[in-house]
Amino acid sequence: MAKKAVVEATINGEQTEFLCEPRQSLLEVLRDELDLTGSKEGCLTGDCGACTVIVDGRPLCSCLMLGVEAQGKTIQTVEGLATPDSLHVLQQKFLEHASLQCGICTPGFLMSAKVLLDHNTRPTEAEIRYALAGNLCRCTGYDKIVRAVTDAAQTLASGTGKGSAGRLGSGPSAAESTSQQFLQGQEVK
Amino acid sequence: MAASANGQGFKVIGSRPVRHDGVDKVTGRAKYGADYSFPGMLFGKVLRSPYAHANIKSIKTDKAAALPGVKAIITAHDLPALPDKMEQTGEQAINLNQLSANILARDKVLYDGHAVAVVAATSPHIAEEALRLIDVDYDVLPLVMSVEDAMKPGAPILLPGLRNKEEGPDKPTNVATHIQFKRGDIAEGFKTADYVVEREFKTAMVHQGYIEPHNAVGVYNPDGHATIYCSTQGTFAVRSLSAAVLGMPEGNIKVVPAEIGGGFGGKLTIYLEPLAVLLSKKTGRPVKLTMTRAEVLRATGPTSGSTIRCKIGCTKDGKLTAAEVWMAYEAGAFPGSPVGAGAMTIVAPYNIPNLLIDAYDVVVNRPKTAAYRAPGASNAAMASETVIDELADKSGIDPCDFRIMNGAKEGTAQTAGPPFRRIGFIETVEAIKNSPHYKSKLEGANRGRGMASGFWFNVGLQSSAIVNIHTDGTASVVIGSVDIGGTRAAQAMIAAEVLGLDVIDVRPLVTDTDSIGHTDVTGGSRTCFATGWAVHDAAQDALRQLKERAAKLWEKKPEEVAFSNGQFSTDGNGVKPMTVKELAGRLARTGGPIAGRATVNARSVGPAFATTLVDVEVDPDTGKVSILRATVAQDAGKAIHPSYVEGQMQGGTAQGIGWALNEEYFYDDRGILRNSGLLDYRMPTCLDLPLIETCIVEVPTPGHPLGVRGVGEVSIVPPLAAVANAIAHAVGVRMGELPMSPPRLLKAMLGKKNGAETQAAAAGR
Repeated sequence: MAKKAVVEATINGEQTEFLCEPRQSLLEVLRDELDLTGSKEGCLTGDCGACTVIVDGRPLCSCLMLGVEAQGKTIQTVEGLATPDSLHVLQQKFLEHASLQCGICTPGFLMSAKVLLDHNTRPTEAEIRYALAGNLCRCTGYDKIVRAVTDAAQTLASGTGKGSAGRLGSGPSAAESTSQQFLQGQEVK
Repeated sequence: MAASANGQGFKVIGSRPVRHDGVDKVTGRAKYGADYSFPGMLFGKVLRSPYAHANIKSIKTDKAAALPGVKAIITAHDLPALPDKMEQTGEQAINLNQLSANILARDKVLYDGHAVAVVAATSPHIAEEALRLIDVDYDVLPLVMSVEDAMKPGAPILLPGLRNKEEGPDKPTNVATHIQFKRGDIAEGFKTADYVVEREFKTAMVHQGYIEPHNAVGVYNPDGHATIYCSTQGTFAVRSLSAAVLGMPEGNIKVVPAEIGGGFGGKLTIYLEPLAVLLSKKTGRPVKLTMTRAEVLRATGPTSGSTIRCKIGCTKDGKLTAAEVWMAYEAGAFPGSPVGAGAMTIVAPYNIPNLLIDAYDVVVNRPKTAAYRAPGASNAAMASETVIDELADKSGIDPCDFRIMNGAKEGTAQTAGPPFRRIGFIETVEAIKNSPHYKSKLEGANRGRGMASGFWFNVGLQSSAIVNIHTDGTASVVIGSVDIGGTRAAQAMIAAEVLGLDVIDVRPLVTDTDSIGHTDVTGGSRTCFATGWAVHDAAQDALRQLKERAAKLWEKKPEEVAFSNGQFSTDGNGVKPMTVKELAGRLARTGGPIAGRATVNARSVGPAFATTLVDVEVDPDTGKVSILRATVAQDAGKAIHPSYVEGQMQGGTAQGIGWALNEEYFYDDRGILRNSGLLDYRMPTCLDLPLIETCIVEVPTPGHPLGVRGVGEVSIVPPLAAVANAIAHAVGVRMGELPMSPPRLLKAMLGKKNGAETQAAAAGR
């Protein structure tokens, strides 16, 4: 067994130091060493996107990167998306639009979508689908995910971008009115 | 009364609240099976067969056992030998010998990826290294990969003990079962037909494709009790099956349901659970097993590939007269394909007076198949709905009208005999006919529109529920049905509706096998139907008790207390109405806590129907099919949470489209799976699909207190044929083989072109 390396990285805004074997993937380090189990393992080959994290601003399958490669990098995981008193607008919109069924792919989708919205505040449906094409969802058929990301982008663009605390009961009318806007505002093929 | 079957006056049911477990799931806090860990936990890995069919001569584990960090190694000989016959375990009849042999191969491997040995070590990497040190000596046998080959005389035999009734007790066979359904006079039926279409179809073996691999943590205590933490569709099934495989008393096992990352039927059975317990027993430490994606594809799921010959006839004016079907499904290595369901669904949406269906369950050297969303029905509908479409074309009748004219309704005999009760098949076709999609024009070269319908039985079975009234006037709903797609929210909504509470004040809890009465699997589209029924009745039970307390306070009889709009009231001078909240604060003084309880054993169910419409465009140069637009109409009976009903409809449609166009198990000549990863096992991505439009039809299920039908499965039944029919209308070729991948479709298109040219040449000059 190779010796463990000491790795320093900024994870969800905190300077973090961890020990890892050279053969451990970043996903394994996040999940097994740092207890950040929000990033999920679906394939370990970079095909499903369930382990997507943001490394220095770019979306990345954490199963395809070694833990030791995280040295000096800035990493965001799904655990760092919400603030203590408020969900990220994407999280809020995923809830309102019922964009998750089993929820295992959701952390990966949120991270990919966040990178998209960080760079493109007015994405088209095609741009959203392109940005999320590396994330597989087997439950939803992607319809409600695309709607949630569209709605989140519109919310951010209109400057009301703070998510709420995700209180129950806030969903029905909000979701219906926003999906109506979505349908009116965009051509549905 | 708050909740009634006629749908009048619902306050909560039919709304779209945020799901109760939602925040945990968007923040990464929800614990799925692989997220569990315990102090001192070991990691297990499974050694799998590199051959599709071989006898195991010996397994040498000494080198692996000597690797530092390896704590235990088990093979099939560490599991008890079980009788090779059907037995009742818990609620299901199952061949335990075969179940055990699938979990860990006993003397013989029957498919690529069949489990042979299991290692527990201090890290997953060490366990993997140990697998490479296990020496298995195989005697490789000839293999059979298709139903045709397996049914040939003299075919290699997979299971030496397998017999069927027709071939008798002396003849080894690969045909586990032959089922036949007959009605009327088939020859006479075809004689009265003006148009007859007969085609053969082959559908590929496909996987459920849930994103979360199988997992299990076993914790065995020296007192003989064990706890299993796993992602499963049925905790009670895991308990009874694991107990049987391990030879443990069922009550000595507790199963704790983790959140589950998809199942679609593939997580109804067990693979890793007993192995985790046995390794924990051997080592005295918790043991976690998780599969890789390759293991999931090689050794779990999939659903049957099939060969189906389907012949249907109709009169000039479109009246169906007869249907004759021959169908054989790959069971995988052990009997149990869903061919029976295929036979009973294939023409179920129609009233056909003359019928002959022969169905065969055939073992082949492929993984033992597991349920996949309306198991068996999609393959079948691919065949029948393509033929129906062709008959509609031939008779010049609109495909919606053709289906409405022949459609099954209340009183129509089902394939197995008994008549349907009130069903909503024709309503789904009408919903499609009236949809903006159907009314829109589709223009452009190489574009086509196709539709198809599908039927699924749904199941009822047993569920338990408890509704606790808390002192602050909120309630909690305790159930045993794992939440695979938002059903917690639906259960809370049902209780909130009955009790006149806000949905935010009802907390749903999915609990372990010791904390709730028996509850059958989350499968068969039964969770909102049967568990929802139990929750409804438990909430009614709580309400009845609350009324008694109000009566006590008011010194009235319980029947003198009314409950409406969330308030208890009674006639009398100046008695102020009370809400549940107000009354809940006074329980201690009126008799103590209130817990409503109910169990159901739902024998009758509400069958489900769906009709799907798709527009496609075919690239004439490559044969690639793009889905331009898709609409699905489905009878939900009553949609409790419409967003999640739509989600089921959309998700099933997406899976059906993947099945139609891309997905297939690709085995080489040696029976080795060559696409055991998600790059090459090609499921639909975001870029492959349009938005999926939905029409929820609501024809209440008779007898259900809320009219609910199950909604989880039927949407996967029509898309295969709908896409095939759209392709036929786009480019004029009828595809008989799935998937309709670019090379296969291109070949068919070129074949048609060449054929037409040859014909023209022959006829013209």
